Amino acid sequence: MNALQRSGSDSMAQSPRSPSSQAPYITVSVTDPAKMGNGVQAYISYKVITKTNFPEYQGPEKIVIRRYSDFVWLRDRLFEKYKGIFIPPLPEKSTVEKFRFSAEFIEMRRQALDVFVNRIASHHELQQSEDLRTFLLADEQTMERSRSQETGIFKKKPTDLMQIFKDVQSKVSDVVLGKEKPVEESNPEYEKQKNYIFQLEDHLAEAQKHAYRLVKRHRELGQSLSDFGKAVKLLGSCEGNSLGKAFSELGAKSEMLSIKLQREAHHLLMNFEEPLKDYVRAVQSIKATIAERANAFRHHCELGETIKFKEIDLNKLRLTRSEKLAEAEREYEQLKADGEESKRKFETIVKLMNEEIARFQEQKTIDMGVAFHEFAKGQALLAKSIAEAWRSLLPKLEACSSS
Amino acid sequence: MMGSENNYLQESSREQMETLILNEDDGINEDVSTSNSYSNYRSAMTTLSSSSSSSEHPLLTPPSIATTTAVSDPLLFPSHDSLPESPSYADVIISPLEDSPTISFSDGAGGSGEIHEKLGVSPRSQLEGSEYLRITVSDPKKEVESSNSIVPGGNSYVTYLITTNTNIQEYGGLDFRVRRRFRDVVTLADHMSEGYRGYFVPLRPDKSVMESQVMQKQEFVEQRRVALEKYLRRLAMHPVIKKSDELKEFLTVEGRMPLSARTDGVSMVLDGVVRLPKQLLGESRSVIDSQGVVEPAKGRRRDLLRLFKELRQTVVHDWGGSRSPVEEEDKEFLEKKEKLHELERQLTNASKQAESLVKAQQDIGETMGEMGLAFIKLTKFENEQAILNTQRVRAGVMKNVATAAVKASRLYRALNAQTVKHLDTLHDYMGLILAVHSAFSDRSSALLRVQTLASELSSLHSRAAKHETASSKTFGGDNSSNHKLEKLKEAIRVAEEAKSCSIRDYERIKENNRSEIKRLDSERQADFVNMLKGFVINQVAYTERIGNEWAKVVEDTSRYAKENV
Repeated sequence: MNALQRSGSDSMAQSPRSPSSQAPYITVSVTDPAKMGNGVQAYISYKVITKTNFPEYQGPEKIVIRRYSDFVWLRDRLFEKYKGIFIPPLPEKSTVEKFRFSAEFIEMRRQALDVFVNRIASHHELQQSEDLRTFLLADEQTMERSRSQETGIFKKKPTDLMQIFKDVQSKVSDVVLGKEKPVEESNPEYEKQKNYIFQLEDHLAEAQKHAYRLVKRHRELGQSLSDFGKAVKLLGSCEGNSLGKAFSELGAKSEMLSIKLQREAHHLLMNFEEPLKDYVRAVQSIKATIAERANAFRHHCELGETIKFKEIDLNKLRLTRSEKLAEAEREYEQLKADGEESKRKFETIVKLMNEEIARFQEQKTIDMGVAFHEFAKGQALLAKSIAEAWRSLLPKLEACSSS
Repeated sequence: MMGSENNYLQESSREQMETLILNEDDGINEDVSTSNSYSNYRSAMTTLSSSSSSSEHPLLTPPSIATTTAVSDPLLFPSHDSLPESPSYADVIISPLEDSPTISFSDGAGGSGEIHEKLGVSPRSQLEGSEYLRITVSDPKKEVESSNSIVPGGNSYVTYLITTNTNIQEYGGLDFRVRRRFRDVVTLADHMSEGYRGYFVPLRPDKSVMESQVMQKQEFVEQRRVALEKYLRRLAMHPVIKKSDELKEFLTVEGRMPLSARTDGVSMVLDGVVRLPKQLLGESRSVIDSQGVVEPAKGRRRDLLRLFKELRQTVVHDWGGSRSPVEEEDKEFLEKKEKLHELERQLTNASKQAESLVKAQQDIGETMGEMGLAFIKLTKFENEQAILNTQRVRAGVMKNVATAAVKASRLYRALNAQTVKHLDTLHDYMGLILAVHSAFSDRSSALLRVQTLASELSSLHSRAAKHETASSKTFGGDNSSNHKLEKLKEAIRVAEEAKSCSIRDYERIKENNRSEIKRLDSERQADFVNMLKGFVINQVAYTERIGNEWAKVVEDTSRYAKENV
């Protein structure tokens, strides 16, 4: 490891892996889930291994232990700091399943967390984040401290986010309730995009729902094949010789296929349903950004209003040559600076969002392409192996009928 | 049994799926009669077997495996692209079609005959020699009982058209058409069970408790039509019963039902022992004077008492025989009985598992279809709203997957329809076992009768003996006591005849049992092999096709394979 840290002292030819010649990279893996604690307070901890040549990380490999709430902290911090960027989504908290801690649940969560961190690490802006560094490097106590600080001021509870969503969506009800119509961008293209995002979520959620059911159906079919196989074997024991054997083989095949179906169910869950769910989460994350943009816009508009009033006040004060004029002028300048700031923030969000949307769409095409490919592959293999298994019985059955 | 869950597809999405215009050869509107409510397995089965000849046709593009009924139709021969290459399968599929007759298969084990034929599984019926009796039940019509109806509008009932095609000589003709109502079938069934004791007489379809209210429903009528057809075909399949006069009359005599109703259970039993049908005796009307047993007032009462005693004892069938006082000594018979009991247990279990297998297959097909639909909608959405090209690309991929999913869903549905038909054999045999129960109880009733008659006879003898001893003590004899003795002697004579008659009856029934058991064993072999073959071939054919659909998608999406991304 030390050899790699020597920068430039070796010739390039001798050590092609020296940092200066190598493209910057960072990959993270979330592995080794382990159950910690007991009873209600039990949780899962994960090993987070970072491999990178970023200078700030001071080392090619770092390992830390993290738990789910640490990931949540990271997501919240990034959401706060990088408005306009679609923060990668996290797997759901799912308090109920947590207590069951099934192997499948743990594996699904681990996979989702792994994808989460890697997406952050491969995003050109987010990967520079200091919070990411904290997450990937800090020891557990520091991590815990940072996490608990969050509950004070900065942490956005899910309910707050929900409120923001509601603000965005319930313009009609506001009017009905007599509240002032909230200020909104009048940008038809953006409107279209917002609608697209909202409808997309509905479509995706439905598809995902069916995909989840499909997993269950595979399991059920597997179970019934197993039961059927056993019953057929027993039935065969009532018959003699070749017929009895045929029954018994058929039953055995049925049981074997049951196992294949259970495997395919798992494969479907991990490689198809989970990516779909991830897609849904990503869209929900975009909705959060949309809400942030609406906030920023509203804030900017409100400031604009405030500035206008301040200007009027200022002019009044000028006319009356009040001693409050100086202070008012200072305040006015401050407000104008704030106004510029809020405008800048808003425009950054808009710019970032445009980039992000394009990136998002490209990424999703690939993600879904992979997921569909895996799905089709799994189904094709399953169907073929079922066909083969059954076909192998035919010679014996032929022999039965001729005897 | 199958659960009372509702339709899995909402109405709108089912319609969508059926009017879906997909690429290539699809765009086929499915007949909704292959409905998805499998809430009652039996109704599911009857719906399927009734629709087998019509509505499944549009479901499948060539090869139409098990759809059309005309065997000689060249369209039946599966086209190349979907016929699995394995030689054994091909042989099995093609060869038997060559030597099958051209008439549609309406005999034998109902719908399964068709399927078996097409899948190269020759049904037993084809091998059963040259005498055939083909029956079809169709055209249900509502009719009103016009006579003796106090209430205007009267009773309405349904009649069914029963068409028979046969080459059995005794029928004296080739084709017959009659109209019968369900009540007539019940009558026929009663005649059967009475006249063919010891045989495994197929059980008739159940009466419906709420007959009048349910009557109007088309579904019920259809269910019943199918059940009646199955029942009559089973009768026609039975080597002995197919020659029955009662059956012939039922099938051929137009107008009113020629057989008299047998509504009195007691008289049935009475008649059973007293008026032995000629089939059992193998001779013309019996010599026995039925009056001999029934006439004397005392005798009659005695008979009735005996009857009730017997009836009570035979009412509960139970395989264990622990409560039955009847001693059966035939070891071989007892062994067979035990085996059949075991068979019944396993059949029940297997049929239950078969049901849940069918349900699972149905479910997976439905969910696959629903998911496909959801993706189709998503595809449309993306295409309509696309701003970037990548969205269209994604939509294209998604459409392929969705199309494959919908196709797979249809294939699952067709697979399942066939699975139901094949595994129906299990149900057939369960029904048969009930007939076996009945035949065995005929036997134990007959044995019981022999024994009770024997004990009666011996008590008569002892009474006569006592009487003689008593009267021999009285010098000169007493007219009235002599008269009594005469009467006793007469009773003894009659009882002896009845006893020997009942013994003959019992022996006959035993023989019937024996031959039927043999027949059951051999036919069962053939039927089960066919069932297994049919089931397996069906699975192979459809899952191969499903695999092919997905393989296409794998190809289309190969650029997204993990190695390439």
